[in-house]
Amino acid sequence: MTDLDTFRSDTRAWLEANCPPEMREPVRSDADVCWGGRGYDPDANPPQKAWLDAMAGRGWTVPDWPRDYGGGGLSAAETKVLREEMAAIRARNPLNSFGISMLGPALLKYGTEEQKLEHLPKIARGEIRWCQGYSEPNAGSDLAGLAASAEDAGDHYIVNGQKVWTSYADKADWIFCLVRTSKASKQGGISFVLFDMASPGVSTKPILLISGYSPFCETFMDDVKVPKANRIHDENKGWDVAKYLLGHEREMISGMGLGGGGRNPLIEGAIATVGLDHDGRLADPVLRTQIALFEVRAKAFAAMSERFIDELKAGRAHPAQPSMMKYVGTELNKDRHELMMAAGGSDALEWESERSGTGAAPRAWLRTKANSIEGGTSEIQLNIIAKRILELPGA
Amino acid sequence: MPLFLNDEQTMLRDTARDFVAEHASVSHLRALRDADDPTGFSRDLWKQFADMGLNGILIPEAQGGLGLGHVEAGVVLEEIGRNLSPSPFLTTAVAAVAALQGSAQADRWFPGIIAGETVAALAIDEGAKHRDAIGLKAERSGNGFRLTGDKRFVTHGHVADLLIVAARTAGSADEADGVTLFAVPRDAAGLTATPERLADASLAARMTFDGVEVNADAVIGEVDAGRDPLGRLLRAGRTGAAAELLGVGGGAMDMTVGYLKERKQFGVAIGTFQALQHRAAHLYSEMEVARAAVLKAQQLMDTGADADEAVSIAKAMTGMATTLSVQEGVQMHGGIGMTDEYDIGFYMKRARVLAEMFGDIGFHADRLAKAAGY
Ligand SMILES: Cc1cc2nc3c(=O)[nH]c(=O)nc-3n(C[C@H](O)[C@H](O)[C@H](O)COP(=O)(O)OP(=O)(O)OC[C@H]3O[C@@H](n4cnc5c(N)ncnc54)[C@H](O)[C@@H]3O)c2cc1C
Repeated sequence: MTDLDTFRSDTRAWLEANCPPEMREPVRSDADVCWGGRGYDPDANPPQKAWLDAMAGRGWTVPDWPRDYGGGGLSAAETKVLREEMAAIRARNPLNSFGISMLGPALLKYGTEEQKLEHLPKIARGEIRWCQGYSEPNAGSDLAGLAASAEDAGDHYIVNGQKVWTSYADKADWIFCLVRTSKASKQGGISFVLFDMASPGVSTKPILLISGYSPFCETFMDDVKVPKANRIHDENKGWDVAKYLLGHEREMISGMGLGGGGRNPLIEGAIATVGLDHDGRLADPVLRTQIALFEVRAKAFAAMSERFIDELKAGRAHPAQPSMMKYVGTELNKDRHELMMAAGGSDALEWESERSGTGAAPRAWLRTKANSIEGGTSEIQLNIIAKRILELPGA
Repeated sequence: MPLFLNDEQTMLRDTARDFVAEHASVSHLRALRDADDPTGFSRDLWKQFADMGLNGILIPEAQGGLGLGHVEAGVVLEEIGRNLSPSPFLTTAVAAVAALQGSAQADRWFPGIIAGETVAALAIDEGAKHRDAIGLKAERSGNGFRLTGDKRFVTHGHVADLLIVAARTAGSADEADGVTLFAVPRDAAGLTATPERLADASLAARMTFDGVEVNADAVIGEVDAGRDPLGRLLRAGRTGAAAELLGVGGGAMDMTVGYLKERKQFGVAIGTFQALQHRAAHLYSEMEVARAAVLKAQQLMDTGADADEAVSIAKAMTGMATTLSVQEGVQMHGGIGMTDEYDIGFYMKRARVLAEMFGDIGFHADRLAKAAGY
């Protein structure tokens, strides 16, 4: 047996012993997802808490981060094995976190030792919930056009301005935020700062979405005092950090194209609604064809995700590759939910009934429409592919 | 095993890329077509493949081959696809070798294949669409069999030295059991091949078996258990065709992107237009998805894992991506894309033939659906 085989069997045994059965069921709604943070109620869902503690205890919420920062210190190959073994028992993600998927990688690359030791272990344990303050009313796709200002006040900045679309700003403890520290240059006048959402002068206002939920906010900053020690990387060099982080955000969002592990809700849903004919085929042949062709693409995309992760870990990925992953993954996820709605028929239209999980299907369907907008729209990803990968002129 | 080519595989790809581009570029195909060449490929080139050792790529070292896997075979096929090289590599070095692998017939046919002297053809399809059904009859006769029936779409069938024939020794056409695979020498009496030139200038034969007598030792594997070697043949053939399609789609895409940078209208390169940039970027993304699907299938085959699903995904996905690539290719070339003089149309024609071979997009999507129980 190789070391990796041993690692696999040990991991399998450990997961078997430590992953509660409730955490092997598919996530049904946002409420099932563990986000951690100061507002996390440990009594609300004991199996969820046990699962988070067990995984965080081994550093396995962030298996490939160094142990000093709360990670598991695993190699790329070991991390892959862990993910495979988790998928095999359909284990839920123990912790969902913008800290893990976005800020963490940026801190690892650009943070000082003090900043890493201060923030990374808390992210790994789910103690602090983060939100992302990038977009502004007049800076969406043209993100570098942002105006929120940070004025130099000696050892700190005074931040003023407004952010928009800040996901979960009302539930987050801290924000990573892009601010303008110079007007001399568009990209070259941006700094990347972190601050506590409880700081005086910070307020949020939820925005109601077409799904009926309001996970986003407008975030207002009114003379907010932000210590300079909370700036990541040099002053006016925040765009580098922002772009690096966006690469990771795109990578995370592209994972949506994979759908869940285990039972296939699309196929099961279609069988439940339209039934099988005497040959054992879906009784709606057009729907069957659409699903089968979709499955070809979805499974091919799963292979591309695997390749992308392997290339990333080996340092061989093209820097614009996350754009391609994000583009394909999000368009695919929208297609999946469009088909799930078609497969569900009138059942999938119910918005409030208990049977429908308070409209879980239509709300999820509507939510996916944002996948190709958040983290940079599909059009922006295509621009990046055209320019950086295909090297088309003037792109 | 990470899902990208390792260093040796990358080296092989570079070697194959240089070799195929130099000796079998699109102009080679054009010359064969313009000469109305009756063979449909160059035997000299087949010999050169042999001299490079490529014909034995899947044959074990103990039997004189390179002992490599489907990833490596695919690397070569992708270059064949990129250059639209007419070659018996897919039918002979990949599909036929996979069928013969481990059987008593291997010792007889491998040396000729390795030496570039033997060309194999696959007599599998009976209708105009690839299906699992096998109706051609093989009846016991003396100590051998008599084969009666028709096959179609037999690439290189009119010049092949060896035919791999799927026949029915028991049951009816739609049954899974009762199929036997035969290795039939081309000169067997009662065999006629009518070559038809296809849209891509390749030649595929309609074949008639009129009581063709073969010895009992022509059986590959066991009588009535031909689904085993046929399964190996089809998995290898489908994955190989997918790899070749990847090359065709990739070649067309490279031509198109090159053209976008070069062609000027309204005083600028047409590649500056966002409508075209987005379509090119979409096309690129689809090709990348297909590439991953193909490598996944190849790796699973090489590790001996159950690769059926991955193979169908690879064949269907490359069918979709490459179809998009050649269609967008012609469209974005504008009028020049419709001319015979320009090469992009050749890509469109080859893509259509390969997409049909060993089952089209619908056939493989249907297989996935059935396997998933819907
Ligand atoms: C669900 C969701 C969650 C989000 N979460 C966050 C968050 O947590 N933090 C945060 O900071 N932001 C967040 N955002 C904001 C998100 O990043 C922006 O919505 C996105 O970047 C698009 O900007 P915009 O909405 O201003 O659209 P616009 O930039 O106004 O775009 C409008 C349309 O024009 C197109 N377009 C714009 N420029 C070009 C161009 N150059 N070429 C071609 N087409 C173009 C776009 O593709 C789009 O179709 C979130 C958004 C959503 C929907």
